[in-house]
Amino acid sequence: MKKRLVDTKMVPLPSVSIVPERDVGKRPVLETRHLGIEFGGLKAVEDFNIAVGPTEICGLIGPNGAGKTTVFNLLTKVYQPTTGTVLIDGKDTSGMTTEQANRMGIARTFQNIRLFGNMTVEDNVRIGLHNQIRYGMLQGVFRAPAYWKAEKQMHKRSLELLSIFGMQDMADVKAGSLPYGAQRRLEIVRALATNPKLLLLDEPAAGMNPHETEELMQNIIKIRDEFQIAVMLIEHDMNLVMGICEGICVLNYGRIIAKGTPEEIQQNPAVIEAYLGSQGREENA
Amino acid sequence: MKINKKLRSALVTFAIVIIAFLVCEAGIEGWVDGFKLKFAEKGLLVPICCYIVLAVSLNLIVGISGELSLGHAGFMSIGAFSGVVIATWLEKAVLTINDAGKTVPFFGDTAIIIITIIVAGALAALAGVVIGIPALRLRGDYLAIVLLAFGEIIRNVMNCVLVAVDGSTMHFALKINESSAVGFGQGMQMVINGAQGTVNKVTSAAFNNERFIIGFGLVIFTLFVVLNLINSRSGRAIMAIRDNRIAAESVGLNVMKYKMMAFVTGAALAGMAGALYGLNMKTVTAVDFDYNMSIEILVMVVLGGIGSIRGSVIAAAVLRFLPEKLRFLNDYRMLVYAIVLIVVMLATNSPILKNFWALLMRVKPLRVAVEWLQALPGKVRAAFSFGKNKNGKAGEAQ
Ligand SMILES: Nc1ncnc2c1ncn2[C@@H]1O[C@H](COP(=O)(O)OP(=O)(O)OP(=O)(O)O)[C@@H](O)[C@H]1O
Ligand SMILES: [Mg+2]
Repeated sequence: MKKRLVDTKMVPLPSVSIVPERDVGKRPVLETRHLGIEFGGLKAVEDFNIAVGPTEICGLIGPNGAGKTTVFNLLTKVYQPTTGTVLIDGKDTSGMTTEQANRMGIARTFQNIRLFGNMTVEDNVRIGLHNQIRYGMLQGVFRAPAYWKAEKQMHKRSLELLSIFGMQDMADVKAGSLPYGAQRRLEIVRALATNPKLLLLDEPAAGMNPHETEELMQNIIKIRDEFQIAVMLIEHDMNLVMGICEGICVLNYGRIIAKGTPEEIQQNPAVIEAYLGSQGREENA
Repeated sequence: MKINKKLRSALVTFAIVIIAFLVCEAGIEGWVDGFKLKFAEKGLLVPICCYIVLAVSLNLIVGISGELSLGHAGFMSIGAFSGVVIATWLEKAVLTINDAGKTVPFFGDTAIIIITIIVAGALAALAGVVIGIPALRLRGDYLAIVLLAFGEIIRNVMNCVLVAVDGSTMHFALKINESSAVGFGQGMQMVINGAQGTVNKVTSAAFNNERFIIGFGLVIFTLFVVLNLINSRSGRAIMAIRDNRIAAESVGLNVMKYKMMAFVTGAALAGMAGALYGLNMKTVTAVDFDYNMSIEILVMVVLGGIGSIRGSVIAAAVLRFLPEKLRFLNDYRMLVYAIVLIVVMLATNSPILKNFWALLMRVKPLRVAVEWLQALPGKVRAAFSFGKNKNGKAGEAQ
């Protein structure tokens, strides 16, 4: 049994999923219905149904190539699904663009880090704040009072957000020259800056040492508590997944093979076979 | 006060331009004994201003927004041709009676040029919107080819345009073949005469210091707009989209909006430069603005460094001035120009030369001297800062 940092009672929803007890009766922040996508005949994701409570930390796991990142790309509209729909906060997002999905309240990080590497750490966060603190192009070009006011606000807010991960002292560093772990954390900060309702983290602990991972787990819980948002994360590090996720969804070959609490997932024979099993065999060998 | 790096870099760019302008003025007005610009050199000044504006505006599109454009001369052409028409109309139509009881243009020459530049810029911006909406949906090479075609279409259309002025009425026609528009403009003053180009009777072709000052003003305006844009919310969005489109979309940036913003701003500035260029010449023809000119502007941008505004300013000035300075080589002039271009390109991209500085720094006396010089501003500042609260956080950073 892995060490648990959270202790939540999970309750089944009548429709498809389980949510934390505290989220019962609230509208799920994310719901998918029969979501699927094909790449030239290959069904990368098929009949994907899930509901995520508004303050849930939810894990999406599965072996390499199972379709986890593809699910994130479907949720954020990087790919348009071939079947099914995604509802964010109850609203259908069919036909929306990635940008519109973000405005609806869905923000993400990337498995292969996608920072604006030539810009400073602070500018990366400021770009995240783009739709939160605004002024017009001409106000910017002619340096109107609105420009000074908003830029000052952005500066303050950027440092606040960076301080979640204690990164406020690196504000002037070029993002591309940060160590790997810090880049992952910066991506989370940038996503948070867009004021999301649902934060998608694609392998946030990849490349981090155990100490950094431990800190990250604490911080994910802190973010959820402070911002009162839902977090959905893809991760291969089972300590992290079992440590902080309240509900877990397991994918294999593009299909959900199990959904449940960490305890249920760890005992599920199909999961052990498809995923934990192979690892277990490695560990035993 | 702490001046940040971006602001300092912008101020240096402005300083270079202003100093260069003052040196030219000294050479024009003869402020310093023995330093006088030659006739041919003076003739280059206004075109150089135009080319600086063109290079900087193209850099906004190519370097900052990251979209390869091979049709920048098209916007310049729109500015140049519409500029001559607008200026002529302003001169003929908006009249007033002067002290001697004569009817004269309401605007002075300077005012006409400035108003014309603004209106021509707006027209070029409009063209930028019309071409940008469909074209910017394409990416990379496809966009470049469409914009190349756009430039050529403008050239071919301008080749057929006939404009004449009768009193204060403007007449327009298209000369599609030899038999069309026969007899057009008889007894009127031609403003644009098809393939023969513009007939500019508003401003004289001789060098005129006021026009150079307007050109300088246009350069300053362009730098002000582009540098301030880059260092603002919109500029950050433009560069974010260039650096990583998917990440930019994922944080809610409207890609089309910001691509259009850079493109249309670039087009407007190119139109303004074109208007000044057109009014500075006795005549300009449509073939002047063919793809060769687009490439020439692109060469300036690449040579000055893609994304480097200061580089574009310097490259535009040098590349326009160089052929003049190489005149003594006669027939070999353009050959040498091309060779210089190749050498500079190789030199600025060669890792050996890039490491040259690093190599120099290995020589100890040099390194010590440079480090001492670099530390100097800090020392001076420290010497002059009294009673500053120094609860520095440097120790906490790691
Ligand atoms: N754009 C695409 N075109 C074609 N096939 C794709 C595309 N994107 C993903 N796939 C395929 O879909 C399947 C799932 O890929 P995905 O990246 O979602 O896996 P993953 O679960 O994130 O794996 P990993 O743990 O390695 O990150 C793979 O077989 C992949 O090759
Ligand atoms: Mg993946």
